[in-house]
Amino acid sequence: MTVLLEIEDLWVEVEGREVLKGISLKIPVGETHVIFGRNGSGKTSLLMTIMGFPTYKVKHGKIYFKGEDITDLPPYERAKRGIGIMFQRPPTIKGVKLRDILKLCAKENNVKIEELVRSFNFETFLEREVNKGFSGGELKKSELLQLLVQNPDLVLLDEPESGVDVENLNLIGQMIKKLLQKDTPHKPRTKSGLIITHTGFILQHVAADLGYVIMDGEIYCTGNPIEIFEGIQKFGYEGCKNCLKRLA
Amino acid sequence: MAEDKLLKEFKSAKEGNIPKDLSELSEEEKERLRFLGLDSSLKREGEYVQIDAKPVVCRKQVEGLEILPITEALKKYDWLSDYYWKLLSPEKDEFTKATAEDLDDGYFIRALPGYKIVYPVQTCLYIRTEKVAQKVHNIVIVEEGAELNLITSCSVHPHVESAFHIGVSEFFVKKRAKLTFSMLHVWGEQTIVRPRTGVLVEEEGSYISTYVSLYPVKDIQTSPVCRLVGEGAKASFASIIANQPGSKIDIGGEVWLEAPNTRTEIISRTVVYGGENIARGKIVAKAPKVKGHLECQGLMLSDEGIMRAIPQLDSYFYDVELTHEAAVGKIAKEEVEYLMARGLSEDEATSLIVKGFLTVKVEGIPPTLQKQIDKVLETAKLGF
Repeated sequence: MTVLLEIEDLWVEVEGREVLKGISLKIPVGETHVIFGRNGSGKTSLLMTIMGFPTYKVKHGKIYFKGEDITDLPPYERAKRGIGIMFQRPPTIKGVKLRDILKLCAKENNVKIEELVRSFNFETFLEREVNKGFSGGELKKSELLQLLVQNPDLVLLDEPESGVDVENLNLIGQMIKKLLQKDTPHKPRTKSGLIITHTGFILQHVAADLGYVIMDGEIYCTGNPIEIFEGIQKFGYEGCKNCLKRLA
Repeated sequence: MAEDKLLKEFKSAKEGNIPKDLSELSEEEKERLRFLGLDSSLKREGEYVQIDAKPVVCRKQVEGLEILPITEALKKYDWLSDYYWKLLSPEKDEFTKATAEDLDDGYFIRALPGYKIVYPVQTCLYIRTEKVAQKVHNIVIVEEGAELNLITSCSVHPHVESAFHIGVSEFFVKKRAKLTFSMLHVWGEQTIVRPRTGVLVEEEGSYISTYVSLYPVKDIQTSPVCRLVGEGAKASFASIIANQPGSKIDIGGEVWLEAPNTRTEIISRTVVYGGENIARGKIVAKAPKVKGHLECQGLMLSDEGIMRAIPQLDSYFYDVELTHEAAVGKIAKEEVEYLMARGLSEDEATSLIVKGFLTVKVEGIPPTLQKQIDKVLETAKLGF
């Protein structure tokens, strides 16, 4: 089992406030892990720290990617090494078209942009300013297309289902499956994922290997993602606290 | 320095080092003209190149188009006196006065009634000699129902350190005619520029002006005045400016809505790396049922520069719709980080955001001109 991402005792601050308190985890090559947790528990902070955004200051701990210590690398260096992130609320960039961004994402990758975009019925968006006036579902499609073109080895997805209408949920699921090579079960997978989900929607599309519950910046629980999700549905996050007390 | 003393330090363009034709230019100069699109890459219907005080290229490829040096046109056509100094007065300021007293030629371009000149006509006013003041007077007439796309690429010799350009321009857009006028300028760090422009648009006519200046220049001050005198006439002005350290750029646009159902839009996008920028815009409603919109946006990239946005709306009637929006600010951190997550370094991200900010799609601009503008944006070093 080759480890793609390894996080060791990670402590992170945002504007002087502690948001992650000693997170450790390992994601092997080809595995998809899922994060559950209340709003404000530190889930997004973990993804943003893995991507390397400067607002998230690492106070202690290390992040290793493909065996290399990337704790101090800027986001673009991490992107080059194979980490890609889907933004929950991507900004509009005036005068920059989706096509421009896709070209940037492609870099040396020999991706047929037109073909890919057409396969997801998104060609009318190519000449539009990126993210401007996009609906919830369109934002997610645009983000996932960028990732498909970028072709990262580790995909970080922050609530891919939020704001998507029922009709489009299935398509978003298909795109994520493609991104994580879950549509080709017989080949050995090289792509890994770390996905935040509130609704558990993703579990219906992607067989996740491991689940975490994050509360107050700490990993409370690790285990089978479906069991964890069912537990949360039944007992809520309070249940997680009680469960932990029981274990103690 | 006081405006009236500025000109005194420069010699007449007639004393310039003027070649017989373009083949005498150095490789470096040819390269600069190529960069400005004066090569086969741009399909065009006619061209006019003036070096210092002398027209060296003046040709047209199609019927319905006239291109002449203004001095020749004045001799050829008596009626031109009805146009010459009619939209601007020689007494306006010392620069118009200097041009009236000692003219260094300029171009006369006319599209005959009903002729739609599809590809652009390109003009280039080039200063080749150190310390020269080039004073030109241009007249453009687009006759009834005609269309003309004019692109002007003004520049200086790559090694000229100090130069002065005064361009007096009077544009007449007749009934149902259309003139697009695009200026793509590459001046020098020590060039002073004083364009003085008047535009008159008749019934159902339209005037579309785009000004692009992305390279260092010492000092530009201009405020074209456009009068929409016929019902249904329209005008749009777009300025795309990168204000470099050491540059002072004061660009305005003034549109007078003098007939019912006239409308206008004035857009300016400025990136301030340093220096001083003033973006003015003024719309005057002198008739009822008119519409005007002013948009002025500035992006500050350092604390070393100054940006002033001065929009002005004047109305003399109640049934009008005049609006303006102005915003000055910095690049949003989220945008830079977004692009960094896609693999761009901070500089590359900044450069792309700046380029996007300066990409203004002007309604009605022909694709060939848009391509040329895009090319200039592509080549300019935007960002740091």
